[in-house]
Amino acid sequence: MAEHLKIDFTHNQAAHCENGVVSNLMRHNGFEISEPMVFGIGSGLLFSYLPFLKVNYAPVFTYRSMPGFIFNKFAKRTGIKMKREKFTNPELAKKRLDQNLANNNPVGLQVGVYNLIYFPDEYRFHFNAHNMVVYGKEGDRYLISDPVMEDVTSLTSKELEKVRFAKGAFAPKGHMYYPTAFPEELELKSAIVKGIKQTSRDMTAPVPIVGVKAMKWVAKNIRKWPKKLGTKKANHYLGQIVRMQEEIGTGGGGFRYIYGAFLQEASEILKNDQLMELSKEMTSIGDAWRDFAVDASRIYKNRNAESSGYDDVAAQLEALAAREESFFKTLKKSV
Amino acid sequence: MKKEEVPQDKSNLASANIREMMYAVDENGKYTTSLSTGWDPKTIALDNAIKEIEERIALAKERVANNQTSPIEYYMELHKMDLTVLASYVGLWKWRVKRHFKPSVFNKLSDKTLQKYADVFDISINQLKTFNGGAS
Repeated sequence: MAEHLKIDFTHNQAAHCENGVVSNLMRHNGFEISEPMVFGIGSGLLFSYLPFLKVNYAPVFTYRSMPGFIFNKFAKRTGIKMKREKFTNPELAKKRLDQNLANNNPVGLQVGVYNLIYFPDEYRFHFNAHNMVVYGKEGDRYLISDPVMEDVTSLTSKELEKVRFAKGAFAPKGHMYYPTAFPEELELKSAIVKGIKQTSRDMTAPVPIVGVKAMKWVAKNIRKWPKKLGTKKANHYLGQIVRMQEEIGTGGGGFRYIYGAFLQEASEILKNDQLMELSKEMTSIGDAWRDFAVDASRIYKNRNAESSGYDDVAAQLEALAAREESFFKTLKKSV
Repeated sequence: MKKEEVPQDKSNLASANIREMMYAVDENGKYTTSLSTGWDPKTIALDNAIKEIEERIALAKERVANNQTSPIEYYMELHKMDLTVLASYVGLWKWRVKRHFKPSVFNKLSDKTLQKYADVFDISINQLKTFNGGAS
Protein backbone atom coordinates (compact mmCIF):
# COMPACT_ATOMS: atom_id res chain seq x y z
CA MET A 1 0.00 0.00 0.00
CA ALA A 2 1.02 3.59 -0.37
CA GLU A 3 3.16 4.93 2.43
CA HIS A 4 1.17 8.13 2.69
CA LEU A 5 -2.43 7.39 3.13
CA LYS A 6 -4.73 9.74 4.94
CA ILE A 7 -8.47 9.36 4.86
CA ASP A 8 -10.42 12.59 5.08
CA PHE A 9 -11.74 11.95 8.59
CA THR A 10 -12.96 14.52 11.11
CA HIS A 11 -11.85 13.97 14.70
CA ASN A 12 -14.35 15.10 17.31
CA GLN A 13 -13.42 14.75 20.95
CA ALA A 14 -15.95 12.85 23.02
CA ALA A 15 -16.31 12.01 26.68
CA HIS A 16 -16.41 8.27 26.18
CA CYS A 17 -14.32 6.25 23.74
CA GLU A 18 -16.88 3.78 22.44
CA ASN A 19 -19.64 6.36 21.90
CA GLY A 20 -17.06 8.67 20.40
CA VAL A 21 -15.81 6.13 17.90
CA VAL A 22 -19.36 5.26 16.81
CA SER A 23 -20.40 8.90 16.62
CA ASN A 24 -17.31 9.85 14.59
CA LEU A 25 -17.70 6.87 12.22
CA MET A 26 -21.38 7.76 11.71
CA ARG A 27 -20.51 11.38 10.95
CA HIS A 28 -17.85 10.19 8.52
CA ASN A 29 -20.59 8.31 6.71
CA GLY A 30 -22.86 11.33 6.55
CA PHE A 31 -25.09 10.78 9.59
CA GLU A 32 -25.04 13.52 12.20
CA ILE A 33 -25.35 11.50 15.40
CA SER A 34 -24.22 12.89 18.74
CA GLU A 35 -22.36 11.00 21.41
CA PRO A 36 -25.29 11.05 23.88
CA MET A 37 -27.58 9.70 21.14
CA VAL A 38 -25.27 6.73 20.58
CA PHE A 39 -25.05 6.16 24.33
CA GLY A 40 -28.81 6.35 24.92
CA ILE A 41 -29.90 4.28 21.94
CA GLY A 42 -27.20 1.72 22.72
CA SER A 43 -28.43 1.48 26.34
CA GLY A 44 -25.02 2.35 27.68
CA LEU A 45 -26.14 3.45 31.14
CA LEU A 46 -25.98 0.86 33.90
CA PHE A 47 -24.79 0.12 37.37
CA SER A 48 -23.23 -3.19 38.15
CA TYR A 49 -21.35 -4.70 41.08
CA LEU A 50 -19.23 -7.83 40.65
CA PRO A 51 -17.71 -8.51 44.08
CA PHE A 52 -16.30 -11.88 42.99
CA LEU A 53 -14.30 -10.34 40.15
CA LYS A 54 -11.23 -8.33 41.16
CA VAL A 55 -9.45 -5.66 39.12
CA ASN A 56 -6.47 -3.83 40.63
CA TYR A 57 -7.10 -5.82 43.82
CA ALA A 58 -10.59 -4.39 44.31
CA PRO A 59 -14.06 -5.57 43.21
CA VAL A 60 -15.49 -4.47 39.89
CA PHE A 61 -17.99 -1.60 39.89
CA THR A 62 -19.25 -0.35 36.59
CA TYR A 63 -21.52 2.50 35.56
CA ARG A 64 -21.91 1.32 31.95
CA SER A 65 -22.72 -1.77 29.95
CA MET A 66 -20.19 -4.28 28.62
CA PRO A 67 -17.61 -3.18 26.04
CA GLY A 68 -18.92 -3.51 22.50
CA PHE A 69 -22.51 -3.71 23.71
CA ILE A 70 -23.31 -0.05 22.96
CA PHE A 71 -22.32 -0.20 19.28
CA ASN A 72 -24.05 -3.57 18.81
CA LYS A 73 -27.35 -2.33 20.21
CA PHE A 74 -27.06 1.02 18.46
CA ALA A 75 -26.47 -0.65 15.07
CA LYS A 76 -29.29 -3.12 15.53
CA ARG A 77 -31.78 -0.48 16.64
CA THR A 78 -31.01 2.03 13.88
CA GLY A 79 -30.76 -0.56 11.11
CA ILE A 80 -27.04 -0.34 10.44
CA LYS A 81 -25.00 -3.35 9.37
CA MET A 82 -21.56 -3.68 10.79
CA LYS A 83 -18.61 -5.98 10.48
CA ARG A 84 -16.47 -7.21 13.36
CA GLU A 85 -13.25 -9.14 13.04
CA LYS A 86 -10.98 -10.69 15.65
CA PHE A 87 -7.61 -12.27 15.01
CA THR A 88 -5.20 -14.72 16.56
CA ASN A 89 -2.45 -13.71 14.15
CA PRO A 90 -1.12 -10.13 14.51
CA GLU A 91 0.23 -10.15 10.93
CA LEU A 92 -3.19 -10.91 9.54
CA ALA A 93 -4.73 -8.26 11.81
CA LYS A 94 -2.31 -5.70 10.38
CA LYS A 95 -2.98 -6.82 6.81
CA ARG A 96 -6.76 -6.48 7.22
CA LEU A 97 -6.31 -3.03 8.75
CA ASP A 98 -4.09 -1.94 5.86
CA GLN A 99 -6.61 -3.26 3.33
CA ASN A 100 -9.38 -1.21 4.91
CA LEU A 101 -7.26 1.93 4.93
CA ALA A 102 -6.37 1.35 1.27
CA ASN A 103 -10.11 1.12 0.58
CA ASN A 104 -10.58 4.53 2.17
CA ASN A 105 -12.42 2.99 5.12
CA PRO A 106 -11.57 4.28 8.62
CA VAL A 107 -12.08 1.52 11.19
CA GLY A 108 -12.72 1.25 14.91
CA LEU A 109 -10.27 -0.75 17.01
CA GLN A 110 -10.55 -2.14 20.52
CA VAL A 111 -7.25 -1.74 22.37
CA GLY A 112 -5.60 -2.12 25.76
CA VAL A 113 -4.62 1.01 27.65
CA TYR A 114 -1.48 -0.24 29.42
CA ASN A 115 0.82 0.25 26.42
CA LEU A 116 -0.93 3.30 25.04
CA ILE A 117 2.07 5.59 25.22
CA TYR A 118 0.27 8.87 24.67
CA PHE A 119 -1.68 8.41 27.95
CA PRO A 120 -0.12 9.73 31.17
CA ASP A 121 1.67 6.92 33.07
CA GLU A 122 -0.75 7.12 35.98
CA TYR A 123 -3.66 6.29 33.70
CA ARG A 124 -2.06 3.27 32.10
CA PHE A 125 -3.70 0.25 33.70
CA HIS A 126 -4.44 -3.18 32.28
CA PHE A 127 -7.78 -2.07 30.94
CA ASN A 128 -8.63 -3.62 27.59
CA ALA A 129 -11.83 -1.96 26.50
CA HIS A 130 -10.55 1.28 25.05
CA ASN A 131 -11.58 2.27 21.51
CA MET A 132 -10.03 4.36 18.76
CA VAL A 133 -10.31 5.00 15.02
CA VAL A 134 -7.44 4.45 12.61
CA TYR A 135 -7.79 6.75 9.61
CA GLY A 136 -4.49 6.51 7.77
CA LYS A 137 -0.84 5.63 7.67
CA GLU A 138 2.28 7.67 7.10
CA GLY A 139 5.42 5.59 6.74
CA ASP A 140 5.38 3.23 9.71
CA ARG A 141 3.00 5.39 11.74
CA TYR A 142 -0.72 4.78 11.93
CA LEU A 143 -2.88 7.88 12.21
CA ILE A 144 -5.10 7.60 15.26
CA SER A 145 -8.26 9.42 16.27
CA ASP A 146 -8.68 8.63 19.95
CA PRO A 147 -12.03 10.14 21.01
CA VAL A 148 -10.92 11.04 24.53
CA MET A 149 -7.99 13.11 23.17
CA GLU A 150 -8.39 16.71 22.09
CA ASP A 151 -6.32 16.13 18.95
CA VAL A 152 -5.40 13.26 16.65
CA THR A 153 -2.24 11.30 17.34
CA SER A 154 -0.25 8.41 15.86
CA LEU A 155 1.38 5.09 16.79
CA THR A 156 4.07 3.00 15.11
CA SER A 157 2.96 -0.37 13.75
CA LYS A 158 4.75 -2.09 16.63
CA GLU A 159 3.06 0.13 19.24
CA LEU A 160 -0.30 -0.45 17.63
CA GLU A 161 0.22 -4.21 17.55
CA LYS A 162 1.01 -4.18 21.26
CA VAL A 163 -2.24 -2.46 22.23
CA ARG A 164 -4.33 -4.51 19.79
CA PHE A 165 -2.98 -7.71 21.30
CA ALA A 166 -3.03 -6.74 24.97
CA LYS A 167 -3.85 -9.68 27.25
CA GLY A 168 -6.00 -10.18 30.34
CA ALA A 169 -9.73 -9.59 30.90
CA PHE A 170 -11.56 -8.50 27.72
CA ALA A 171 -8.41 -9.09 25.63
CA PRO A 172 -9.11 -7.27 22.35
CA LYS A 173 -7.57 -9.97 20.10
CA GLY A 174 -7.03 -7.40 17.37
CA HIS A 175 -10.74 -6.56 17.38
CA MET A 176 -11.60 -4.31 14.42
CA TYR A 177 -15.08 -3.04 13.53
CA TYR A 178 -16.80 -0.72 11.09
CA PRO A 179 -20.25 -0.08 9.63
CA THR A 180 -20.83 -1.64 6.21
CA ALA A 181 -24.37 -0.67 5.23
CA PHE A 182 -26.83 2.03 6.22
CA PRO A 183 -30.58 2.41 5.80
CA GLU A 184 -31.77 5.39 3.72
CA GLU A 185 -32.89 7.06 6.88
CA LEU A 186 -32.01 6.06 10.43
CA GLU A 187 -34.96 4.77 12.45
CA LEU A 188 -34.20 7.13 15.28
CA LYS A 189 -37.60 7.35 16.99
CA SER A 190 -38.17 3.65 17.50
CA ALA A 191 -34.49 3.21 18.34
CA ILE A 192 -34.70 5.81 21.12
CA VAL A 193 -37.76 4.14 22.60
CA LYS A 194 -36.09 0.72 22.54
CA GLY A 195 -32.95 2.13 24.14
CA ILE A 196 -34.90 3.82 26.93
CA LYS A 197 -37.04 0.76 27.60
CA GLN A 198 -34.05 -1.50 27.99
CA THR A 199 -32.12 0.86 30.28
CA SER A 200 -35.21 1.30 32.47
CA ARG A 201 -35.70 -2.46 32.60
CA ASP A 202 -32.06 -3.23 33.41
CA MET A 203 -31.80 -0.56 36.09
CA THR A 204 -34.84 -1.91 37.92
CA ALA A 205 -34.15 -5.61 37.27
CA PRO A 206 -34.69 -7.98 40.20
CA VAL A 207 -31.07 -9.12 40.06
CA PRO A 208 -28.61 -8.33 42.86
CA ILE A 209 -25.64 -7.49 40.63
CA VAL A 210 -27.27 -4.90 38.34
CA GLY A 211 -29.15 -1.61 38.62
CA VAL A 212 -30.55 -0.15 41.81
CA LYS A 213 -30.38 -3.55 43.56
CA ALA A 214 -26.61 -3.57 43.02
CA MET A 215 -26.32 -0.03 44.38
CA LYS A 216 -28.14 -1.12 47.54
CA TRP A 217 -25.83 -4.12 47.84
CA VAL A 218 -22.73 -1.93 47.55
CA ALA A 219 -24.14 0.40 50.22
CA LYS A 220 -24.67 -2.55 52.54
CA ASN A 221 -21.10 -3.73 51.97
CA ILE A 222 -19.59 -0.25 52.48
CA ARG A 223 -20.97 -0.31 56.02
CA LYS A 224 -19.16 -3.62 56.63
CA TRP A 225 -15.86 -2.88 54.92
CA PRO A 226 -13.99 -0.96 57.65
CA LYS A 227 -14.58 -3.73 60.23
CA LYS A 228 -14.27 -6.63 57.86
CA LEU A 229 -11.32 -5.46 55.75
CA GLY A 230 -9.63 -2.75 57.78
CA THR A 231 -9.48 0.94 56.94
CA LYS A 232 -6.78 0.63 54.32
CA LYS A 233 -8.58 -1.88 52.14
CA ALA A 234 -11.96 -0.26 52.74
CA ASN A 235 -10.52 3.03 51.48
CA HIS A 236 -8.96 1.31 48.49
CA TYR A 237 -12.37 -0.15 47.56
CA LEU A 238 -14.10 3.20 48.06
CA GLY A 239 -11.46 4.83 45.86
CA GLN A 240 -12.13 2.22 43.19
CA ILE A 241 -15.85 3.15 43.17
CA VAL A 242 -15.05 6.82 42.67
CA ARG A 243 -12.47 6.06 40.00
CA MET A 244 -14.93 3.96 38.03
CA GLN A 245 -17.59 6.63 38.45
CA GLU A 246 -15.42 9.52 37.37
CA GLU A 247 -12.75 7.95 35.15
CA ILE A 248 -12.03 9.53 31.78
CA GLY A 249 -14.96 8.85 29.53
CA THR A 250 -17.84 9.03 31.95
CA GLY A 251 -18.58 12.67 31.16
CA GLY A 252 -18.95 13.08 34.94
CA GLY A 253 -21.29 11.54 37.52
CA GLY A 254 -20.97 7.98 36.27
CA PHE A 255 -22.39 8.72 32.78
CA ARG A 256 -25.52 10.27 34.32
CA TYR A 257 -24.87 13.65 32.64
CA ILE A 258 -24.40 12.07 29.21
CA TYR A 259 -27.70 10.30 29.77
CA GLY A 260 -29.31 13.61 30.74
CA ALA A 261 -28.06 15.09 27.47
CA PHE A 262 -29.52 12.11 25.62
CA LEU A 263 -32.95 12.56 27.24
CA GLN A 264 -32.90 16.24 26.28
CA GLU A 265 -32.16 15.42 22.65
CA ALA A 266 -34.69 12.56 22.70
CA SER A 267 -37.34 14.92 24.05
CA GLU A 268 -36.95 17.13 20.98
CA ILE A 269 -36.95 14.26 18.48
CA LEU A 270 -39.94 12.50 20.04
CA LYS A 271 -41.67 15.83 20.88
CA ASN A 272 -42.11 14.52 24.41
CA ASP A 273 -42.02 17.20 27.13
CA GLN A 274 -41.89 14.70 29.96
CA LEU A 275 -38.45 13.57 28.77
CA MET A 276 -37.22 17.15 29.17
CA GLU A 277 -38.36 17.12 32.79
CA LEU A 278 -36.74 13.73 33.32
CA SER A 279 -33.52 15.09 31.83
CA LYS A 280 -33.49 17.73 34.59
CA GLU A 281 -34.02 15.06 37.23
CA MET A 282 -31.20 12.97 35.72
CA THR A 283 -28.89 16.00 35.95
CA SER A 284 -29.81 16.41 39.59
CA ILE A 285 -29.15 12.69 40.19
CA GLY A 286 -25.75 13.15 38.51
CA ASP A 287 -25.05 16.00 40.94
CA ALA A 288 -25.89 13.68 43.84
CA TRP A 289 -23.38 11.14 42.49
CA ARG A 290 -20.76 13.90 42.41
CA ASP A 291 -21.58 14.77 46.03
CA PHE A 292 -21.17 11.11 46.91
CA ALA A 293 -17.70 11.16 45.28
CA VAL A 294 -16.71 14.29 47.21
CA ASP A 295 -17.74 12.75 50.53
CA ALA A 296 -16.10 9.41 49.73
CA SER A 297 -12.88 11.24 48.85
CA ARG A 298 -12.93 12.94 52.26
CA ILE A 299 -12.77 9.48 53.81
CA TYR A 300 -9.93 8.09 51.72
CA LYS A 301 -7.98 11.35 51.53
CA ASN A 302 -6.18 10.52 54.72
CA ARG A 303 -5.21 6.97 54.00
CA ASN A 304 -4.38 5.67 57.43
CA ALA A 305 -6.60 7.73 59.70
CA GLU A 306 -9.62 6.22 61.37
CA SER A 307 -12.71 7.26 59.49
CA SER A 308 -16.30 7.21 60.51
CA GLY A 309 -17.90 8.47 57.33
CA TYR A 310 -18.64 5.06 55.83
CA ASP A 311 -22.21 4.97 57.12
CA ASP A 312 -22.82 8.42 55.67
CA VAL A 313 -21.69 7.56 52.16
CA ALA A 314 -23.58 4.26 52.37
CA ALA A 315 -26.72 6.20 53.21
CA GLN A 316 -26.07 8.53 50.27
CA LEU A 317 -25.78 5.55 47.97
CA GLU A 318 -29.05 4.12 49.30
CA ALA A 319 -30.75 7.45 48.67
CA LEU A 320 -29.37 7.40 45.12
CA ALA A 321 -30.71 3.90 44.61
CA ALA A 322 -34.17 5.00 45.76
CA ARG A 323 -34.10 8.03 43.46
CA GLU A 324 -32.96 6.04 40.45
CA GLU A 325 -35.53 3.34 41.12
CA SER A 326 -38.37 5.81 40.97
CA PHE A 327 -36.71 7.63 38.06
CA PHE A 328 -36.45 4.59 35.82
CA LYS A 329 -39.96 3.40 36.66
CA THR A 330 -41.28 6.79 35.51
CA LEU A 331 -38.98 6.86 32.48
CA LYS A 332 -40.20 3.45 31.36
CA LYS A 333 -43.80 4.69 31.23
CA SER A 334 -42.90 8.00 29.58
CA VAL A 335 -42.22 6.56 26.10
CA MET B 1 -23.69 20.11 36.88
CA LYS B 2 -23.66 23.63 35.50
CA LYS B 3 -21.12 24.53 32.88
CA GLU B 4 -19.33 27.01 35.14
CA GLU B 5 -19.03 24.30 37.80
CA VAL B 6 -17.02 21.94 35.59
CA PRO B 7 -13.93 21.47 37.78
CA GLN B 8 -10.56 22.78 36.67
CA ASP B 9 -8.41 21.24 39.39
CA LYS B 10 -4.78 20.35 38.94
CA SER B 11 -4.15 16.75 37.88
CA ASN B 12 -1.52 14.70 36.10
CA LEU B 13 -3.58 14.85 32.91
CA ALA B 14 -1.69 18.05 32.19
CA SER B 15 1.57 16.09 31.86
CA ALA B 16 0.18 14.55 28.66
CA ASN B 17 -1.67 17.65 27.57
CA ILE B 18 -5.04 16.05 28.03
CA ARG B 19 -8.25 17.70 29.09
CA GLU B 20 -11.26 15.49 29.42
CA MET B 21 -14.70 16.22 28.11
CA MET B 22 -17.57 16.66 30.54
CA TYR B 23 -21.29 17.12 29.97
CA ALA B 24 -22.94 20.03 31.75
CA VAL B 25 -25.88 22.40 31.33
CA ASP B 26 -25.56 26.02 30.21
CA GLU B 27 -27.43 29.05 31.60
CA ASN B 28 -30.53 28.11 29.57
CA GLY B 29 -30.57 24.57 30.97
CA LYS B 30 -29.37 23.15 27.69
CA TYR B 31 -26.78 20.38 27.66
CA THR B 32 -23.37 21.21 26.28
CA THR B 33 -19.81 19.95 26.68
CA SER B 34 -16.89 21.50 28.46
CA LEU B 35 -13.26 20.49 28.98
CA SER B 36 -11.90 19.77 32.44
CA THR B 37 -8.28 19.72 33.61
CA GLY B 38 -9.13 17.42 36.51
CA TRP B 39 -11.11 16.98 39.70
CA ASP B 40 -9.60 16.52 43.16
CA PRO B 41 -11.81 13.68 44.49
CA LYS B 42 -10.79 11.62 41.48
CA THR B 43 -7.13 12.65 41.58
CA ILE B 44 -6.84 11.60 45.22
CA ALA B 45 -8.38 8.20 44.43
CA LEU B 46 -5.94 7.73 41.57
CA ASP B 47 -2.95 8.87 43.63
CA ASN B 48 -3.91 6.43 46.37
CA ALA B 49 -4.14 3.60 43.85
CA ILE B 50 -0.69 4.49 42.52
CA LYS B 51 0.74 4.61 46.04
CA GLU B 52 -0.76 1.19 46.69
CA ILE B 53 1.03 -0.17 43.63
CA GLU B 54 4.31 1.45 44.69
CA GLU B 55 4.00 -0.22 48.07
CA ARG B 56 3.40 -3.57 46.42
CA ILE B 57 6.49 -3.07 44.24
CA ALA B 58 8.65 -2.13 47.24
CA LEU B 59 7.41 -5.14 49.19
CA ALA B 60 8.08 -7.51 46.28
CA LYS B 61 11.58 -6.06 45.94
CA GLU B 62 12.25 -6.68 49.60
CA ARG B 63 10.95 -10.23 49.31
CA VAL B 64 13.25 -10.91 46.38
CA ALA B 65 16.19 -9.57 48.43
CA ASN B 66 15.22 -11.94 51.26
CA ASN B 67 14.91 -14.85 48.83
CA GLN B 68 11.20 -15.18 49.63
CA THR B 69 10.03 -14.77 46.06
CA SER B 70 11.46 -14.72 42.55
CA PRO B 71 12.11 -11.67 40.36
CA ILE B 72 9.03 -12.65 38.36
CA GLU B 73 6.72 -11.41 41.11
CA TYR B 74 8.65 -8.17 41.36
CA TYR B 75 8.38 -7.47 37.63
CA MET B 76 4.72 -8.45 37.69
CA GLU B 77 4.07 -5.76 40.30
CA LEU B 78 6.27 -3.28 38.44
CA HIS B 79 4.06 -3.70 35.39
CA LYS B 80 0.88 -3.18 37.45
CA MET B 81 -0.15 -6.76 36.73
CA ASP B 82 -1.80 -9.38 38.87
CA LEU B 83 -1.52 -13.15 38.53
CA THR B 84 -4.42 -13.34 36.07
CA VAL B 85 -2.99 -10.71 33.74
CA LEU B 86 0.55 -12.10 33.85
CA ALA B 87 -0.62 -15.69 33.26
CA SER B 88 -2.58 -14.48 30.26
CA TYR B 89 0.45 -12.65 28.82
CA VAL B 90 2.85 -15.61 29.17
CA GLY B 91 0.18 -18.11 28.15
CA LEU B 92 0.57 -20.33 31.22
CA TRP B 93 -1.84 -21.52 33.89
CA LYS B 94 -2.01 -19.29 36.96
CA TRP B 95 -0.82 -22.06 39.29
CA ARG B 96 2.29 -22.51 37.16
CA VAL B 97 3.13 -18.81 37.26
CA LYS B 98 2.59 -18.84 41.00
CA ARG B 99 4.98 -21.78 41.28
CA HIS B 100 7.59 -19.76 39.38
CA PHE B 101 7.51 -17.24 42.24
CA LYS B 102 9.34 -19.82 44.37
CA PRO B 103 13.06 -19.00 44.19
CA SER B 104 13.99 -22.71 44.11
CA VAL B 105 11.69 -23.33 41.13
CA PHE B 106 12.69 -20.09 39.43
CA ASN B 107 16.38 -21.01 39.58
CA LYS B 108 15.69 -24.17 37.60
CA LEU B 109 13.53 -22.60 34.87
CA SER B 110 14.56 -23.24 31.29
CA ASP B 111 15.72 -20.36 29.13
CA LYS B 112 12.65 -20.93 26.99
CA THR B 113 10.31 -20.23 29.90
CA LEU B 114 12.44 -17.36 31.16
CA GLN B 115 12.35 -15.83 27.69
CA LYS B 116 8.54 -15.73 27.81
CA TYR B 117 8.65 -13.68 30.99
CA ALA B 118 11.51 -11.51 29.75
CA ASP B 119 9.55 -10.69 26.58
CA VAL B 120 6.47 -9.67 28.55
CA PHE B 121 8.54 -7.48 30.88
CA ASP B 122 10.54 -6.08 27.98
CA ILE B 123 13.91 -7.03 29.56
CA SER B 124 16.65 -9.59 28.87
CA ILE B 125 16.82 -13.05 30.46
CA ASN B 126 19.98 -11.90 32.16
CA GLN B 127 18.26 -8.88 33.72
CA LEU B 128 15.47 -11.12 34.95
CA LYS B 129 17.84 -13.70 36.42
CA THR B 130 20.21 -11.28 38.09
CA PHE B 131 17.64 -8.99 39.72
CA ASN B 132 18.24 -9.53 43.43
CA GLY B 133 16.14 -6.79 44.95
CA GLY B 134 19.20 -4.90 46.07
CA ALA B 135 20.64 -7.67 48.26
CA SER B 136 24.40 -7.77 48.34
